Amino acid sequence: MKISARDLDHKALNEALRGAGNDCELTDCLGQRFIAAGMSDKHIRISGIPGNALGAYLNGATIEVNGNAQDAVGDTMNAGEIIIHGNIGDAAGYAMRGGLICVQGNAGYRAGIHMKAYKEKLPVMIIGGTAGSFLGEYQAGGIIIVMGLHRGSARIVGNFPGTGMHGGKMFLRGRCENVIFPAQVNAHVAKAADMDEIMPYIRTFCTSFGYDPAEILDSDFTVITPDTKNPYRQMYVAN
Amino acid sequence: MGINYIYPEFEVVRNDARCIRCRVCERQCSNQVHQYDKDLDLVISDESKCVNCKRCVSLCPTRALKVVKSDCLLRENANWSNDNINEVYKQAGSGGVLLSSMGNPKPFPVYWDKILINASQVTNPSIDPLREPMETKVFLGKKGSDIKHDENGNLVTKLPPQLELSMPVMFSAMSYGSISYNAHESLARAATALGICYNTGEGGLHEDFYCYGPNTVVQVASGRFGVFKDYLEAGAAVEIKIGQGAKPGIGGHLPGTKIVGDISRTRMIPEGSDAISPAPHHDIYSIEDLRQLVFSLKEATEYKKPVIVKVAAVHNIAAIASGIARSGADIIAIDGYRGGTGAAPTRIRDNVGIPIELALASVDKRLRDEGIRNDVSLVVGGSIRSSSDVVKAIALGADACYIATAALLALGCHLCRTCHTGLCNWGIATQKPELVKRLNPDIGSERLINLMNAWRHEIKELMGGMGINSIEALRGNRLMLRGVGLNEKELEILGISHAGE
Ligand code: SF4
Ligand code: SF4
Repeated sequence: MKISARDLDHKALNEALRGAGNDCELTDCLGQRFIAAGMSDKHIRISGIPGNALGAYLNGATIEVNGNAQDAVGDTMNAGEIIIHGNIGDAAGYAMRGGLICVQGNAGYRAGIHMKAYKEKLPVMIIGGTAGSFLGEYQAGGIIIVMGLHRGSARIVGNFPGTGMHGGKMFLRGRCENVIFPAQVNAHVAKAADMDEIMPYIRTFCTSFGYDPAEILDSDFTVITPDTKNPYRQMYVAN
Repeated sequence: MGINYIYPEFEVVRNDARCIRCRVCERQCSNQVHQYDKDLDLVISDESKCVNCKRCVSLCPTRALKVVKSDCLLRENANWSNDNINEVYKQAGSGGVLLSSMGNPKPFPVYWDKILINASQVTNPSIDPLREPMETKVFLGKKGSDIKHDENGNLVTKLPPQLELSMPVMFSAMSYGSISYNAHESLARAATALGICYNTGEGGLHEDFYCYGPNTVVQVASGRFGVFKDYLEAGAAVEIKIGQGAKPGIGGHLPGTKIVGDISRTRMIPEGSDAISPAPHHDIYSIEDLRQLVFSLKEATEYKKPVIVKVAAVHNIAAIASGIARSGADIIAIDGYRGGTGAAPTRIRDNVGIPIELALASVDKRLRDEGIRNDVSLVVGGSIRSSSDVVKAIALGADACYIATAALLALGCHLCRTCHTGLCNWGIATQKPELVKRLNPDIGSERLINLMNAWRHEIKELMGGMGINSIEALRGNRLMLRGVGLNEKELEILGISHAGE
C-alpha cells in the first residue's frame, strides 16, 4: 500500500501505517519523527527523509530508507531490520537489544551507544562509511561493524571509540593504527574465527547495496572487545 | 586492626539469664554476628559485623537481646563529628568512594514538620468522614484548560490518557534487583487491591507480574533495561527516569555479580554482565530532546498511556519543570533530596539536591504563573512519611505523592541503611533466596494495604476537619497551611503565612 507523507504529521503518519497492510511504501517523507515506532510484521519502504527516532522500539518490522535518516535511528530496538541507503545522524541504535541496522554511508556521533545482547537476541549495526566520536559508548553486547569504504583520507572513527564498553564486539576495517582506544578495551587484528562471525552481515550489506564481498575483505579488520581484567569499576567503601 | 580499626558502632547486649540457647539469632543474622560456642554453652557476638537491623532482637523468643549504640566514641568535637572522623579513616584505609543507602540521614530541616494544617471552627462547618461522602480519588494527566464543543454543540469530554488512583499515593520506583521478588510481589498485589500504582524502577518487569500491569508504572531509564514493546504496553503509565532525589546527576551500576537468574531475565541482559545506567540519557541534552523521547514513547504506546518524567529536586527545578511541562509529558514526578536509594555515594546523597517541600511550592507556583499548571500533574516524593505529609504536599500543590521508604518499613525494613550489602535480613534489599523467603508476600501486601487504608482514613479526617470533602479542592489550597519557626524567605517560597497571621 502506498502512503504519501506529504500532509501527515507523525501521529497521523503512524496511524496510517498501522492501518495499512504489511507491505507499505511511504513517499514524500519530510522529516516526520518516530516512524514505525514499536511496530512488528511490516515491511516499510521510505523515500524522502525520515525524521529522528525512526523505528524506535522496533519490534520486528523491516524499514528500508531510500536516502538519509536523522538522529536516534532504531532507539531501543528489539527486533527487525533498518536499511539505510545513505547516512544516519547521531545516537543510532541507542540501547538496541536485537535486530539489524545496516547503513550504506556514514554514522554520526555515539552510534551503537549502550547496545546490549540477551540470549538469542544479538543486535548488529553495520556501517559502510565512517562513524563519529564515541562509537559504541557503554556497549554492553552485540556487534558494531564500521567499514570506512570510500572515506579518502578521513579517519574510520572519531575520538573515544568504545568508552565505557563492557560487552559485545566492535569491528573496524583496517589496522586502525591512528585510532586511540581507551585502556579498558583490547584491540587486535581479527582472526578467521572473528571474521566468520560477521560474514553474514557483510553479505547482507553487499546484497543490500550492491557491493562485492571480495572488495570489502581485501583488508584486515580490527576487533575491539572489553578487557575484563581492567573493567570500569569504581572502588567503593561501605559507609 | 591498628590504624584501620574503627570501634563498632553498635553493641549487642544479651541478657544471659534469659537466653535459652535456641540459636535463633545465629540462624537469622546474615551478617554472622552471633555464634553458639558449644564448649562454653554460650552465645557470643561479634558486634563489629552488626548493622543494627534488629532482626535478632525482633525474633528472640525470650527478649534476651538488644542492640544499642556504642558509647565508645572518639573525643567529642562539634566540628569533627565521629562520622566525619571515621569517614576519613575509611577512605584513608581504602582509597574508596563512600557508599551508603536509604535517604539522607543528616539533620537538615524537615519543612513538613514546620507546617501546620488548618481546621474549621464556627465560621465554616467541618465534615465527618464516617458519615458523609469524601472523595480521595485523583486522576493524573493533562487536563486541558478550555471547554470545547463539537459541531453539534455537545461538550467534548475526551481527555488525554489519565492515571486513576483511589487515593493520592503511589509506591515509587524500586527496581527488581535493588529489592527482592517478594518485595515486588507485595507492592504489586497491594497496589492492585488498593487501586493505586507501584513502579517497576529501571530493572524491567518480571514475567510473573505482567498481570498487575493496570496498576504498574513502567520505567524507562538511561540503560533501557528490559524496555520493549510488551513492557511499555503492560503498564498503566510510562515513566522516564531522568534523576533520583538520593543521587541527582548520578547513574546506576548494578554489578555483574548481582545479575543472576531472574534478574538477568527481567533486565534482558546476560548473567554476570554489569548493568550500567549512564548518568545522563545520551540522547537528551535539551527539552527538545526530552520531547523526542516523550513522543517516541507515546507513539510506541499509541497515545494510550500518560508519560511521566521523573527528576530530582535541584536548584533550578522550577525552570526545569516548566520545560518538562512543555515537552509534552503528562505528569512530572519530583524527588526530593531525602529520598531513599539502594546504594548511592554518601557525599552525593548527603549534599546534593534540595528539599521537596520547597521544590514543590516553587514548581507549582511557576507552572501557575505561566498558565500551564493544568497541562501536567505533579507527583512528589522523597520523603513522604505519613498521611499528614501527604495532606501538606497536596495543599502545597501536588496531585499525588510517591512513597518508597514508608512502604518498605511496612514490609519490615528497619532502616539500618545497609541495603548496598545485599544482605538484608528482612528479605527486602537482597536476592539471596534464603533471605528473600523471609518476606511473605501475603503478609507483605496485607501490611501495605493496612498502611494505605489507615492513611486514607487519616487524609479524610484531616480534610473533613478543614471542611473539605474532595482532595481536588485541597490541591494547591495553601491557605490551609501555616508555618512555624520559618523565616520570611522560607515562607515566601512555600507561599504560606506564618502561624498567627
Ligand atoms: S545484624 Fe541484625 S540480626 Fe545481626 S546481630 Fe545485628 S541486629 Fe541482630
Ligand atoms: S531494606 Fe533491608 S537493608 Fe535496607 S535499610 Fe531496610 S532493613 Fe536495612
